Amino acid sequence: MSPRRTDTGGRIDRLKTIRFTFDGVAYTGHAGDTLASALLAKGVTLFGRSFKYHRPRGLLTAGVEEPNALVTVLKGEVREPNIPATMVEIHDGLVAISQNRFPSLAWDIHAANQLGGKILSAGFYYKTFMGPVIGPLKGTRFWMFCEHFIRRAAGLGSAGSAKDPARYERMNAFCDVLVVGSGPAGLMAAKAAADQGARVILADLEPRFGGSANWSDETIDGTPATDWVRRTVAQLEGRDNVRLLPRTTVWGYYDNNTLAALERVSDHKEQPAKGEPRHRYWAIRARSVVLATGAFERPLVFPGNDRPGVMLAHAAERYANEFGVLPGDRIALFTNNDSAYRAAVALKKAGAAVVAIADVRPELSAEMRSLATEAEAEIFAGHAVVATEGGKTLSGIKVQRFDMVTGALTGDARSIHADCLLMSGGWSPTIHLASQAGAKAEWDAARQAFLPPKPTQQWPTQQWIGAGAFTGSFSTVEAIAEGRAAGLAAAGGTGTPAALPIVEAVPGEPDPAPVFEIRAKGKSFVDFQHDVTAEDVRLAHREGFVSVEHLKRYTTLGMATDQGKSSNVPGLAIMAEALGKPIPEVGTTRFRPPFAPVSIGSLAAERFGDLKPERLTPMHDWHVDHGATLYSAGLWYRPMIYGHAGETVEQAYVREARATRESAGIVDVSTLGKIAVQGPDAAAFLDRVYTNMFSTLAVGKARYGLMLREDGFAFDDGTTWRLGEQDFLMTTTTANAGKVMQHLEYFLDVIWPELKVHVTSVTDEWAGAAIGGPKARQILAACVTGTSVDNAALPFMGIVHGEIAGVPVMICRLSFSGEMAFEVYCGAGHGTHVWEALIEAGKPFGLVTYGLEALGTMRIEKGHVTGAEIDGRTTARDLHLDWMLSKKKPFIGSAMMDREGLVASDRLELVGLIALDNRPLNGGSHIVEEIDEANPHGSIGHITACCYSPALGKHIALALVKGGKARHGTRAHVSDPLRSRFGPVEIVSNHFYDPEGTRMHG
Amino acid sequence: MLITCPYCGPRDVIEFTYQGDGNRERPDPASQNFEAWNAYVYDRLNPAGDHNEIWQHSGGCRAHLRVVRNTLTHEISSVAFVRGDHASAARRKAEGQS
Repeated sequence: MSPRRTDTGGRIDRLKTIRFTFDGVAYTGHAGDTLASALLAKGVTLFGRSFKYHRPRGLLTAGVEEPNALVTVLKGEVREPNIPATMVEIHDGLVAISQNRFPSLAWDIHAANQLGGKILSAGFYYKTFMGPVIGPLKGTRFWMFCEHFIRRAAGLGSAGSAKDPARYERMNAFCDVLVVGSGPAGLMAAKAAADQGARVILADLEPRFGGSANWSDETIDGTPATDWVRRTVAQLEGRDNVRLLPRTTVWGYYDNNTLAALERVSDHKEQPAKGEPRHRYWAIRARSVVLATGAFERPLVFPGNDRPGVMLAHAAERYANEFGVLPGDRIALFTNNDSAYRAAVALKKAGAAVVAIADVRPELSAEMRSLATEAEAEIFAGHAVVATEGGKTLSGIKVQRFDMVTGALTGDARSIHADCLLMSGGWSPTIHLASQAGAKAEWDAARQAFLPPKPTQQWPTQQWIGAGAFTGSFSTVEAIAEGRAAGLAAAGGTGTPAALPIVEAVPGEPDPAPVFEIRAKGKSFVDFQHDVTAEDVRLAHREGFVSVEHLKRYTTLGMATDQGKSSNVPGLAIMAEALGKPIPEVGTTRFRPPFAPVSIGSLAAERFGDLKPERLTPMHDWHVDHGATLYSAGLWYRPMIYGHAGETVEQAYVREARATRESAGIVDVSTLGKIAVQGPDAAAFLDRVYTNMFSTLAVGKARYGLMLREDGFAFDDGTTWRLGEQDFLMTTTTANAGKVMQHLEYFLDVIWPELKVHVTSVTDEWAGAAIGGPKARQILAACVTGTSVDNAALPFMGIVHGEIAGVPVMICRLSFSGEMAFEVYCGAGHGTHVWEALIEAGKPFGLVTYGLEALGTMRIEKGHVTGAEIDGRTTARDLHLDWMLSKKKPFIGSAMMDREGLVASDRLELVGLIALDNRPLNGGSHIVEEIDEANPHGSIGHITACCYSPALGKHIALALVKGGKARHGTRAHVSDPLRSRFGPVEIVSNHFYDPEGTRMHG
Repeated sequence: MLITCPYCGPRDVIEFTYQGDGNRERPDPASQNFEAWNAYVYDRLNPAGDHNEIWQHSGGCRAHLRVVRNTLTHEISSVAFVRGDHASAARRKAEGQS
């Protein structure tokens, strides 16, 4: 016989049939089923293969803690691996497959790994992958080769490579009270807080609210507990101050009561509704939090406890009562506590035969004996299960007399025929979120469990209030009382006189016997998902890995995707026994977010692709209309080239740069950072910020300036224009605009509050165009009115104000390209108007538009530096900018820039390179004195920027090279093994083109 | 983590930029005392407990704040403007004069 659907009962909709497939086989289930319950109802007991030994595994649990039954869900091309079948709600068209098996789940070739069990023990990798010291396999190479095959054999599901087309979204939420968990305690807390008028969010990771009330078969206020849940949820649904979040896992608890939750919005649907995301990430800021997260039942550790058909007692109760599924026909139980007896009665009621209850305790209460009688089960008090039989399903168990004080097994083992064994090793409160919030769990010897600390008024543990099984109060009566008290306290209310709901429940004491393991021959699993056995834990102890943190890392206990939800405490107990110490002295590891796996998509939410902010210059549309290929520089989009039909990128930039040097070119420079520095002390402030003097700058003139960081390294450069006595316009590099602004604000606010200076970011207020070339001045003369632009009115670094096409403009004569050049600024709103006027005026002179590539080419030819050279590791001297370091005044960085290491002669210095083999160079290539292609070494520097120079007719580059200037005129080699580019270069000055500057000075 | 900006009110930490240890003393700009400069640029207290820090409300009013934060619990026990004259601006705002 095998598992089957009961004739009646359960919270499923038997009128609704749902079709899905598992491993290619078509199945049907009912609305309200999980993949686990639907398959179990069809007699499926084999759900997966274990991580290391590939042992057959079935369902251990019915919830989020499931370690065995992990599946991959396929949606079109997209595959999501490692989802517990217990958390997958079935829907029409669901396609799920099993994992970690080859060629099929039933016949898995790697199951042979079980034969090598002795070798594959804890620390297998550490011990094995030490290469032989002598012989042909010396070293680790052979093992690196083997690793590939071993990695294939061990593992979980594989991730897909298809792009995930699903939509994810993020929500920020605020509330007075967040209630996590919707069992009787959580529902009472939510209701009590809502009744006080508090804004409440109630979240539960299951699709149904109610928690244990859905399967406990208890009575609340005279009606089935499920009816009480329905009524209470209906009351909450009708209130404006309550938000209900089913299918929502609260997975992270952060500072200031910020919690992270994942809502699985449409995974349970064949198609999401219009506009509906797949997952929603909730960032919830709660004034107070009620943790009513319940408890996890623990397995017992005994030989064969992982055979399909062995599951937790409450899980079977849940399958029977919530899903109407019997996990077996002849059911045996093995327990150390009272809670399993309720399961025995429930399964008997649902139609199964309960053949035996093995209880490690020699004395049982009269209530438990009467429950066993009700279940018509034979009691084996003072007995333990010592073996399970069967292959891929359970066929029987062996029980033997057990002394729970000494752990000794005596007498003959007795075989009992059973197709399902339920075990209960006690309960561990789900304290994960409290632990994340910083609470240190306390061992409770009576409950044999780590309990959350009692609430204190100490920050930060006072931020949450616990209720129900979370606090170790396992009965529904206590849960209801604690839930209401917690809800009231969280909402800041006081007690109400209304009577609490009356609960009728099966009796039972909450304290288990302190038994975790039955030591008998055979593999006894502690961590089912990572295949860690009790013997592995003892091996770790023998080898000295006795700290709980070492135990965890050495055996990987609790490091699987279930994060040890069921294995943590049994593992600690076994280590404690090996050490001869009590469990609290062994300690426990701190839980970290996430509580359960989180989709990466939900964390990114909308922050990718189209929704990334973009910054466009005022002339952006013009560039696009005129064939510009755009290049993203940070958030900015800038023209890279204005390519003609059939042109390559290189042909385009070479044409643009050549035309600029021959006649004139124009480029959009609106992206440069611009900061208005204004006030009576503006000049004094700039003297401190820049390495060179600005107080001596005349009004109507600009100066190139260099800034250092406090530690003496170069920070940023740019020109600053003196528009008035107390009015400067600073320009920065595009990339550093924000950083420079913060740097200035910091010094004005924190270091020199006495300076009367105000800084304002005006980057977006100005449109800028740089026009350069031998004919640039003629073009300006043709379109600028209100001022002359000749040498007298507008000398090098001079500034004039005038108009172009009726728009006021400010023109500064400065040059980045090395040509006679001008930067024309106007209000951003007039940018395109002025740009078009300049283009029109330039037509008779052969003006071309040029992009970033040509801009870069001309700056490399001139040897100007940018962020590629001011990379945070270079000094002003390294870049040959030491002429800018004023000796007349201190400035930011002046005290630190002369440190020994910053003036050493072997520092990397800026140089120029010319490729002697006339082939393109690559950015990032190393420079070496001798080429050694087989064993690249001996780098003396690297290339920072490179191009084909139309002015020189050569491939050139800027580079940072040790010793720099001293190497001018010598030969070296580029060594770029990644791109197989090796070849000779000549090291020259970084000023390749017009070093005297005669062209720009005119 | 929440920081209560004296001007803008309680805001999420993502609006703020950490601007370093608030215990640093910048030497006189003309000072050649290398030890003092080295301490200012590189030495940090890194206490386990209350720490004086400078934060800029970069996603808000852009004022720099002197924040006392417990590095073990993230509890913030005090927040004040680094500059005195910002405090009067905040007062004016509160009084509805600006």
